[in-house]
Amino acid sequence: MSGVRVLVGTRKGAFVLASDARRQDWQVSGPHFAGWEVYHVAGSPADPDRLYASQSSGWFGQVIQRSDDGGRNWEAVGNDFTYAGVPGQHQWYDGTLRPWEFTRVWHLEPSLTDPDTVYAGVQDAALFKTTDGAQTWEEVRGLREHGSGPDWQPGAGGMCLHTILLDPSDENRMIIAISAAGVFRTEDGGANWDPINKGLLSNGIPSPAAEVGHCVHNLAMHPSRPQTIFMQKHWDVMRSDDGGDSWTEISGDLPTDFGFPIAVHSHEPETVYVVPITSDGQHFPPEGKLRVYRSRTGGHEWEPLTAGLPQQHCYVDILRDAMAVDSLDECGIYFGTTGGQVYASADSGDSWTAIVRDLPPVLSVEVQTLP
Amino acid sequence: MIRVVLPAHLCALAKCGKEIQLDAGATQRAVLDELEARYPALRGTLRDPNTGHRRAFVRFFACEEDLSHEPPDAPLPAPVAAGTEPLLVIGAMAGG
Repeated sequence: MSGVRVLVGTRKGAFVLASDARRQDWQVSGPHFAGWEVYHVAGSPADPDRLYASQSSGWFGQVIQRSDDGGRNWEAVGNDFTYAGVPGQHQWYDGTLRPWEFTRVWHLEPSLTDPDTVYAGVQDAALFKTTDGAQTWEEVRGLREHGSGPDWQPGAGGMCLHTILLDPSDENRMIIAISAAGVFRTEDGGANWDPINKGLLSNGIPSPAAEVGHCVHNLAMHPSRPQTIFMQKHWDVMRSDDGGDSWTEISGDLPTDFGFPIAVHSHEPETVYVVPITSDGQHFPPEGKLRVYRSRTGGHEWEPLTAGLPQQHCYVDILRDAMAVDSLDECGIYFGTTGGQVYASADSGDSWTAIVRDLPPVLSVEVQTLP
Repeated sequence: MIRVVLPAHLCALAKCGKEIQLDAGATQRAVLDELEARYPALRGTLRDPNTGHRRAFVRFFACEEDLSHEPPDAPLPAPVAAGTEPLLVIGAMAGG
């Protein structure tokens, strides 16, 4: 019988939440790597039992863990993320230049076809790749060596490469996002990259329409439409229909267009989900009401989804990698909060239940749809 | 024989007991080299893999002394070299 496995990274470990396709009764395992920050856990689309986790700590640095049995057993694998060549410099908060320095892996994106191939987005922003199941990592150096590198700067959470979109129709095409630099695209497997930020306007940078410097929070793409990309920016919800060459705002009637994650319905490419957050200075939902907003029109027109979500006294945040969709017949949506709740909807967002309520602050949520 | 006591997080990572015994030379560098060779999961957790510098929040204590700022090739205290006292690897008190 088919089912789902929800992979949750938190400030104090990882958790695996599993259910059959009804998504009503959940088995919770964890914490794995107890006490460590787990920024991301991801499963291979080519082998659901192959999982990768980014485990880190301010004391002991970065560890990468791999499971070959769906998360029951884990093995520490390669954690040497050495920048290729001379690391170079980027902007620092005070306007000075600072050398690139590796801190942690924010995001792991396994290949769509090969369980041993994984991309890693790291802080300070760079893209790494393994082709041996994470035993060794090599930087995709063309990105960091793009000429705009000295103009990249850290957001409040650090200068991180946090989003990686792989085009299922073209293995050489990839889109990534960096806070705060913007969106970049390669058409040749990573050798060359172009910034694709035309149409973004960011008032927090000296030139609002600059080629780079934008604080893009998250991207989403439906696999059947790789030319259409949705974006939650620091402020503004955006879309592109030309593969990122140009962007238009679709915030429409959202109560606020600040937020972190964005997701696309697994069967409806024009159905999009965001979680509005009050502002950059108030990282909690407006009016203390936790509302997911859904657009069935590809943006502009949004409806609040509230059934089962707290509608008073709720002051949690939902981080950029903490929302995901499954691909069961009735699309499931999942998101985690900084208050430790993981909410699930088995009906495309119409109603929600908390799978767990008291985990450590949730950093990331991914979901695997199991055969 | 050198005795090394690891913090709980690293014992879990290396899947080893709290105290381990190593056949290693009596310097920090020799001990860490042998420790990483025997437990590859610990590579990069105590010192930067490229520079070899100790991580900022990792400390080395022995015989009621803080050896963290000793040069990596300095001799360890005689009781550590003799195996009568352990080298303590400590996660510094910081954070929550």
